[in-house]
Amino acid sequence: MSPTTSAPAIGVVSKKTGVRWIPVIGLEVHCQLKTETKLFCSCRYEFGASPNTLTCPVCTAQPGALPVLNREALALAVRVAGALGADVAARTKFDRKNYFYCDLPKGYQISQYDQPFCTGGGVTLASGKRVRLVRIHLEEDAGKAIHDRGDMTLVDLNRAGVPLIESVTHADMQTSDEAYEYLTALKEILQYVGASDCDMEKGSLRCDVNVSVHPEGEGWRTKVELKNLNSFKNVKDAIEHEIERQIEAYESGDKSKFPVQETRLYDATTQTTRTMRSKEDAHDYRYFPEPDLVPFHLDPAFVEKQRSMLPELPAARRARYQSQFGLSAYDAGVLTSSRALADFFETTVKLSGNPKESANWIANGVLANLSDPAITAKSVDELPFRAHDLAELIELVANQTIHNNVGRTVLRGMFESGKSPRQIVKEQGLEQVSDEGQLESWCREALVGKDKVIADVKAGKTKAVAALMGPVMKASKGSANPQKVQEILLRIIQTEL
Amino acid sequence: MSGFADYPKLDATSLADAIVSKRTSASAVVEAALARIAALDPRLSAFHTVLGDAARARARSLDEALAKGEPTGRLHGVPFALKSNMCVEGVETNCGSKILAGYRPPYTAPFVQRLLDEGAVLVGMTHMDEFAMGSSGENSAYAAARNPWDLARTPGGSSSGSCAAVAARFVPFSLGSDTGGSVRQPAALAGIVGFKPTYGRITRYGLVAFGSSLDQVSPFTRSSRDMELVMSVISGADEHDSTCLDLAPLEPERSDSVRGLRLGVPKEYFASGLDADVRREVEAAIGKLVELGATTVPIELPHTEYAIPTYYVVATAEASSNLARYDGIRYGPRKPGDGSLQGMIAATREAGFGPEVKRRILLGTYVLSSGYYDAWYVRALKVRRLIRNDFDRAFESVDLVVCPTSPTAAFKIGEKADDPVAMYLSDVMTVPTSLAGLPAVSVPCGFVSLEGKRLPVGLQIIGPSLADARVLRAARVFESATKHQAAIYSLEGAGA
Repeated sequence: MSPTTSAPAIGVVSKKTGVRWIPVIGLEVHCQLKTETKLFCSCRYEFGASPNTLTCPVCTAQPGALPVLNREALALAVRVAGALGADVAARTKFDRKNYFYCDLPKGYQISQYDQPFCTGGGVTLASGKRVRLVRIHLEEDAGKAIHDRGDMTLVDLNRAGVPLIESVTHADMQTSDEAYEYLTALKEILQYVGASDCDMEKGSLRCDVNVSVHPEGEGWRTKVELKNLNSFKNVKDAIEHEIERQIEAYESGDKSKFPVQETRLYDATTQTTRTMRSKEDAHDYRYFPEPDLVPFHLDPAFVEKQRSMLPELPAARRARYQSQFGLSAYDAGVLTSSRALADFFETTVKLSGNPKESANWIANGVLANLSDPAITAKSVDELPFRAHDLAELIELVANQTIHNNVGRTVLRGMFESGKSPRQIVKEQGLEQVSDEGQLESWCREALVGKDKVIADVKAGKTKAVAALMGPVMKASKGSANPQKVQEILLRIIQTEL
Repeated sequence: MSGFADYPKLDATSLADAIVSKRTSASAVVEAALARIAALDPRLSAFHTVLGDAARARARSLDEALAKGEPTGRLHGVPFALKSNMCVEGVETNCGSKILAGYRPPYTAPFVQRLLDEGAVLVGMTHMDEFAMGSSGENSAYAAARNPWDLARTPGGSSSGSCAAVAARFVPFSLGSDTGGSVRQPAALAGIVGFKPTYGRITRYGLVAFGSSLDQVSPFTRSSRDMELVMSVISGADEHDSTCLDLAPLEPERSDSVRGLRLGVPKEYFASGLDADVRREVEAAIGKLVELGATTVPIELPHTEYAIPTYYVVATAEASSNLARYDGIRYGPRKPGDGSLQGMIAATREAGFGPEVKRRILLGTYVLSSGYYDAWYVRALKVRRLIRNDFDRAFESVDLVVCPTSPTAAFKIGEKADDPVAMYLSDVMTVPTSLAGLPAVSVPCGFVSLEGKRLPVGLQIIGPSLADARVLRAARVFESATKHQAAIYSLEGAGA
């Protein structure tokens, strides 16, 4: 293994010694697959369900119970492999990873050791750099041990047996930003193919990091594993801290302080790491082939079918939004940040026939409302209205039935009530009024006592009429057609006064 | 004795027929079984748990169903017993171990359910070597069952209680499990029929695992036709076990003849270590088959001598992992130890497992350890393949292989208890077939005399993979041509 590229500016220059230190970073990411049932039994899984209610003889390891592979998990995993450009093995098998812990009911985890279902593939970063994958394998999740209940440890086995895919990168990254970008891209891809929620807070994505540093031009040094990283930001902070810690340790010149091969736990509150276990304490997992599950062959037709079901991936969509719809790179990025959002955008475009306005209304209006704490919906999936309604709103603005600013009010109303734009416009009388008689009466009211403005206009300063627009719009509750109002005001001043 | 007086004389097929044709009732049959167990089991120690009330209630409901003219199953009213490593919802399944004392499974094994669905009546759970590790029953944490032919001797193991229960005519059939010979060896030592099917013919779901790649549910019966019947009920595909073959239930062969069958006689099974009297009986049995129209072919199974060491690597490796779940966290008695998690697990296992189980967990852990894995586990898998190849080659020129089931007749309780290797060697003739995953039956074929006791000898008939029905046909033809099956040891008169 070696870094794919080595841009000249990479690395950290020590202020103390002037040495340029090159970090080497690899990631191991576990993602829960979004299957109907667990990997080896027919239990459902739901985050936050009452403890030990989603269990059966298989996932609680009752004597005599046996695992049976969930084909849906395999299908999802194969789709992930396709999305990451990885090779799916023709033959694969499961192995047992043996260790004792209270959240591991069988005393072993069913995982994959020397024949993962997939190898290779990778993710391309914005810089064009490719982060290569060593492998992806399928395994079952453990349960959860809850330690903070007095002197008791409680065990919840709801999570035991939930399918996980573990993806392992080559040590291709050299900065915390690259690691952050890789994680973001991986998350997007997994969400796009519908394989995982990738929600670190709910534990559906977990990340361990391997970090080492070496002086530029020299060979790689001892790597340290970091665990307990609960957010992408944690991952970034922990890597930065660890790079600093290792450089300081080497520069101290004291060999007893040099980094050793070990696992360190990150503490987000102090932003430091501490030793969890050293190499000497490392488990001997005694992997051996799982005799309860026969090795299986992945039928090429099955693999091909899963690949054909892949949606267009985020990078491809971003490129297309720029070329096909003429969107900015920024807007294309915003709109493809989740598959649900991108799908919503494309449906809106299809229904409204107006890509630019669709992009504007979604990137600004819809997303602004979603991030407003006063609004119940927090994501595109939770919108109380459909793309059809948003397209209708865009149409109402485009054909001047309502003014752009009124459109924002209507959108807010859609978020609050879920009613259609037309209904809201009708109920609140927001339709732009173009009726001459009505407009004229608002205009005449507004002219009362505005002699200065009238004089200015008469003197040729037609722009002065703007001062009267506000009162008219106010009287009409925003529904007056502003262009017509201006025409009428000028006509009255110039011909009648 | 109460209930159906002819009970001890009849096999399962005849009993079901007697009940369905209303010559007796399920209740009378179950009553007879329970009475016999109550009278004699204190000396046999076959049963850990007798389910008297449940069996009576079930017999009554079967009688009512019959009276109403409802359809009857093929085992209507027939009592049976299960080895204590088989799961029945709510019934203690302790695997002969203290670590599962009081454990009541929340589910019923599909192979048990299939018997119940055919009208069979479960009367109890039987003693066994702890986690099926042993060849004499002496490794039970509860009791070592006795051989009805001589109460000082073992009925073999590890399915000791299930074997003794059939041999003593407590029940016409029972289920044991055979990992390296745990049903065939006892069947031979106690004069009944024991059959280990092709690996994968019967679901393992609900059978507590010992060596997953070797374990098979294996019945004990007193007649070969009963074996065919029980197999046709419990075998067949099951969605809960990925290693269970996607096949229809076994269909017994119609043929009543062995004419034309080529029988391979492996020279390695007639070498030193085989008791001379046992050899004489087995050779006579093979002669009988020839009389009946079969021919014999001398064959070689050259890797036979490596079978025992290979087995003790593969089976212990799997066992070390299979038994990891007994940590005191979810079920079974718990010992606090030093109060830490690891301490609690260690103390629970220290107190809960017996010495043989600990020995095998240590062995299995060792052979899977980093640095030893290739030299032991990987090599054992290669030798296992060679042993299987031996059989494959043999079956290119023969239809069945015939040999002794056990090198000796029943040995005395205590005789080998302190010498694990001597105990392991009592399985030398059954282990190779287990490693190869082949079907093999032990049928009674004669007797030897030891210290004034008549002790049964078993003939082992081994078939190629999936030839289960052929193996059982040969057993049936042999049995109907000989009188060994009719020889019932009169336990009632036993002066033990």
